[in-house]
Amino acid sequence: MNDPSTPVRPTAWVGQSIERREDVALLTGTGRYADDLGTRPGTLHAAFLRSPHAHARIKSIDVSRALAHEGVRCVLAGADVRSWARPFVVGVKQPMEHWCIAVDKARYVGEPVAVLVAQDRYIAEDAIDLIHVEYEPIDAIVDSETAIAPDAPVLHEAVGSNVVSNRQFVYGEPDAALDAAPHRVKIKIRYPRNSCTPIETYVVVAEHGSEGDYDVLSNFMGPFSLQAVMALALQVPAAKLRLRTPRDGGGSFGVKQGVFPYIVALCLAARKAQAPVKWVEDRLEHLVASTSSTGRISELEAAVDSNGRISALAYDQLDDCGAYLRAPEPATLYRMHGCLTGAYDIPNLKVRNRVVLTNKTPAGLVRGFGGPQVYFALERLVQRIAVELQLDPLEVYKRNFIGAGDFPFRTAAGALIDSGDYHATLQLAGQRGDLAELVEKRDAARAEGRLYGIGYAAIVEPSISNMGYITTVMTKEARAKAGPKNGAITSATVSIDLLGAVTVSVASVPHGQGHITALSQVAADVFGLNPIDIIVDVELDTRKDAWSVAEGNYSSRFAGAVAGTVHLAACRLRDKLARIAAAQLRCDHADIVFADHKVFARTAPAEALSFPRLASGPHWAPGVLPDGVSPGLQETAIWTPEQLVPPDENDRINTSGTYGFAFDICALEIERDSGKVRIDRYVTAHDAGTLLNPALADGQIRGGFAQALGAALMEEFAYRPDGSFASGTFADYLVPTAVEIPEPVIAHMQTPSPFTPLGAKGIGEGNSMSTPVCIANAIADALGPAVDPQAIELPMTPSRIIELIAPAEQRPQHIAPPPQGDGKHFATSGSVNIAAPVEEIFRVLHDPEQLASLIPGCRKLHVASDNRYIADIALSVGLVNVSFHADISVVDEEPMRRMRLFGKGSGALGAAEGDGRITLTELPDGTRLDYEYKVSLSGKIVAVGARMIESATGVVLKQLFSRLGRVAGHKASGAARWQGLLRLIGLGKPGSQERR
Amino acid sequence: MKRLRHTRHTVAIRLNGIDRTGECEPRTLLSDFLRYELGATGVHVGCEHGVCGACTVTVDGLAQRSCLTLAVVADGREVRTAEGLAPEPGVLSELQAAFRRHHALQCGFCTPGILMSCADFLARVARPSEPDVRQMLSGHLCRCTGYSNIVSAILEVASGNEDSPDA
Ligand code: FES
Ligand code: FES
Repeated sequence: MNDPSTPVRPTAWVGQSIERREDVALLTGTGRYADDLGTRPGTLHAAFLRSPHAHARIKSIDVSRALAHEGVRCVLAGADVRSWARPFVVGVKQPMEHWCIAVDKARYVGEPVAVLVAQDRYIAEDAIDLIHVEYEPIDAIVDSETAIAPDAPVLHEAVGSNVVSNRQFVYGEPDAALDAAPHRVKIKIRYPRNSCTPIETYVVVAEHGSEGDYDVLSNFMGPFSLQAVMALALQVPAAKLRLRTPRDGGGSFGVKQGVFPYIVALCLAARKAQAPVKWVEDRLEHLVASTSSTGRISELEAAVDSNGRISALAYDQLDDCGAYLRAPEPATLYRMHGCLTGAYDIPNLKVRNRVVLTNKTPAGLVRGFGGPQVYFALERLVQRIAVELQLDPLEVYKRNFIGAGDFPFRTAAGALIDSGDYHATLQLAGQRGDLAELVEKRDAARAEGRLYGIGYAAIVEPSISNMGYITTVMTKEARAKAGPKNGAITSATVSIDLLGAVTVSVASVPHGQGHITALSQVAADVFGLNPIDIIVDVELDTRKDAWSVAEGNYSSRFAGAVAGTVHLAACRLRDKLARIAAAQLRCDHADIVFADHKVFARTAPAEALSFPRLASGPHWAPGVLPDGVSPGLQETAIWTPEQLVPPDENDRINTSGTYGFAFDICALEIERDSGKVRIDRYVTAHDAGTLLNPALADGQIRGGFAQALGAALMEEFAYRPDGSFASGTFADYLVPTAVEIPEPVIAHMQTPSPFTPLGAKGIGEGNSMSTPVCIANAIADALGPAVDPQAIELPMTPSRIIELIAPAEQRPQHIAPPPQGDGKHFATSGSVNIAAPVEEIFRVLHDPEQLASLIPGCRKLHVASDNRYIADIALSVGLVNVSFHADISVVDEEPMRRMRLFGKGSGALGAAEGDGRITLTELPDGTRLDYEYKVSLSGKIVAVGARMIESATGVVLKQLFSRLGRVAGHKASGAARWQGLLRLIGLGKPGSQERR
Repeated sequence: MKRLRHTRHTVAIRLNGIDRTGECEPRTLLSDFLRYELGATGVHVGCEHGVCGACTVTVDGLAQRSCLTLAVVADGREVRTAEGLAPEPGVLSELQAAFRRHHALQCGFCTPGILMSCADFLARVARPSEPDVRQMLSGHLCRCTGYSNIVSAILEVASGNEDSPDA
């Protein structure tokens, strides 16, 4: 798999695909994930009450009934948060507040509004339904282009606009280049909101200590700069917020960054409860409200000469960060800033970056972070250049690539691209993937009228983020005021125990990438040991371990930064041991060799010391250490790449420590009659510098590829125009399964980075950046040049594709049209004949007791005022128990003829509003009752069961009016009949009240 | 209702070959019962709505979603989880070893559920093809691996497994 032609560091263990150290525990069910670790006796459990509205003022919160529920300890609401905490700091100066839970206004569906703490999780989830929140809904805004309109509803009134950041950058002379260019090629793209949805959800256990400190166990993954953000919100010194992370993490992909506001909320809940509090997020909560990639609309234009050589790029990027600018946003825009020119030597660049807020879940880290968005525009543009200039796309690549001899290469916006050979990687991909054969296949398929296409993508994969890149969002004056930020500080500790065994501790917070395995390889090489001899401690305790601001499991910083720093710490400790050994072996310390568990002088290998014996000695006899050697066998190395400096005064920024490269080829066929995409071959060639463990690297490629294929063809967080969320289960948010993922052809180049200690670069995010656009380019190629480039929008679902290939009337029936309009309003109407006079029907509808008996699931109804009733209703729909608080008004529009019934209800599953009209017409033998009813739903219920509710409501209403007929006509057979009917149609569940 | 909520049931199961009893409410999910009452934390919960497969265990030999099963339903049955697959402490089963060899797991959160589905599947299907294996796996979501290494691990075990379909 490795190309022998490229040099690899001559070491024994690094570079080998050894089996993983992690696996035995994970395969035998003995992993130690966050939810597997014990809690203190007396630990309580939290449940979140979340807003059913995308945008609403919170008028009042009544927790009295919830508190009366047995087993409930307390409820944390906005008022508590206001008195104990502060809003989170944000990356741009704007008067907007983001608290850990909503305090006066909810700005997205699923936003936490209260935290209920109870004895166990079942009770907490039951009791959350008993909190009554009065909302005043406001118009919501979900589309980022609408959100920037001057008359759009504003999320944060004090800001006065939904655009919270607007920056422009010019490098070189882009306007002149564009004016002079013989060709200008332009593209507009939309990148959707999606997420890598780890299978393990968020977990937090928080405790408030006697000294006002907080102790937290969570599967938070960093960046640990957020530890300061949390401490500031909690108003404690950083040292008083202790974070601990478990050994095993159930997948993160950036996503577990988004747990941090919950950590703060649970700290406060623990403070209020005066007990440790635990929370395990459920899947619906995760999909609705945890985090999302940043949606982007980009317009990108290139100045191109007739050979396809690009001289300038002009970007206009509009990022949709959701309802709040949650740290580290707007980093999605700036992480890639240095490499906006991709793999190309393009001297002139201009950029406009705007950040807009909408009524959606706040955006955050999702694998690729910024890369998928940038490359979706840039690489689609390269494909368009080839189409418009009628060039072979590979020629366009070759004419624009940074030359192999030009590294390190400074890009227009300031990235210092360390190393690579892009032409050779392209060639490698073509050879390994047998591109010639794919082209022949395409020709043959096209001759038969089939839709076969080939797409490419070239991406520079940044890793080891510069903490200072985010300050590019500020003007240089603002930066000067705020003070410099930069670097990618990384710590690692290597120590030797009393019997001479080596332990490595890091703050890398792994979530499945095999850090223990790779680090044991790195340390084994340094000490001449086996990886199995090395203990690697990846649990992090911010109170005891070495760590700093840039630590965490993000920006693909493991291989370059963490493993490199472990190497440095291990070398320091080894050098110390060498001095001690040199004294014993009476030779120069530079001649000491560590190999095969032994330590000896190069000149006298026979006279060897055993490693454990030598290494344990200094603990037991510090008094006899050679001169100049200090006692103790523990070394902590702290490293930051010196190339990572703050943005300069022209806003040039070296955004990352090192830059890998990937070149991908995708060949696919589209089924004409279904719009389905079948990947024929996917080739991905990477240059990530030195590979520590090729099997781990390939694992990153395969996993990233699978997620990216999901992003390309299946995944999107769907919102309806009113901001309700429609992807609340894994049945609605589709992620690829084993039948959808082909095996990619993987190839590696290894051009070591001169800037990292082991020459390694990141590899985990490349495919998240390259694959979506590579597939999109292949689809565009398959559909042919006539297709509107802007119509290539992710995810390319069969329904989207079929719209592009078949006119509406020819579309096969089984393809559902793409979801449009808002499916959360529905109406029903009908008519019943009732053997009772009009007056009697009117009487029943105005009699609270009889009204109560008509409403399915009504447990309690009281009169609020004339013709206004408050009812508690509990229904079971399918598997879901719905319990809600309804406010019903009856208005006579025309006495004895027409009346209207308004109902408003809200509960844990969301909110519903109904508006019904009843018309009564006298018949010879009674009355005809005609009804029309409109229902609108919001909140959780729309995400999981709108369709089910719709059909259920129709049935319930029909029954309600029939029942009305019977009551008014004195033929009622009592509530039992009603229940029976409900059960019959699957709405009532025997003993449905058992859960309460 | 109060009366029912306080009803505690004793559930007795044979868990990985050992008789175990625990208490639960009528509504307690089998996944919660196994994890929090009996300590079988190898049972993972990824969705609680029957799609991800992480919670899969075998009940009387058949793979089942423990998040969609009530604990009381398992009373008197034989339940197996990933903790019970290894033939003896310190030795991996053939399937577990193949997963390790093929790098068929990363975070490992989906893995125990997949292993349990495989246990059922390999006992029933003697000579599965790759599409058969992928079909069976499609009841599980893995976000880390892209599945292909899982497929190769299972196929390798299945090919050595031909003669003993009920192993
Ligand atoms: S947790 Fe049971 S299927 Fe997902
Ligand atoms: S290994 Fe992480 S979800 Fe499968």
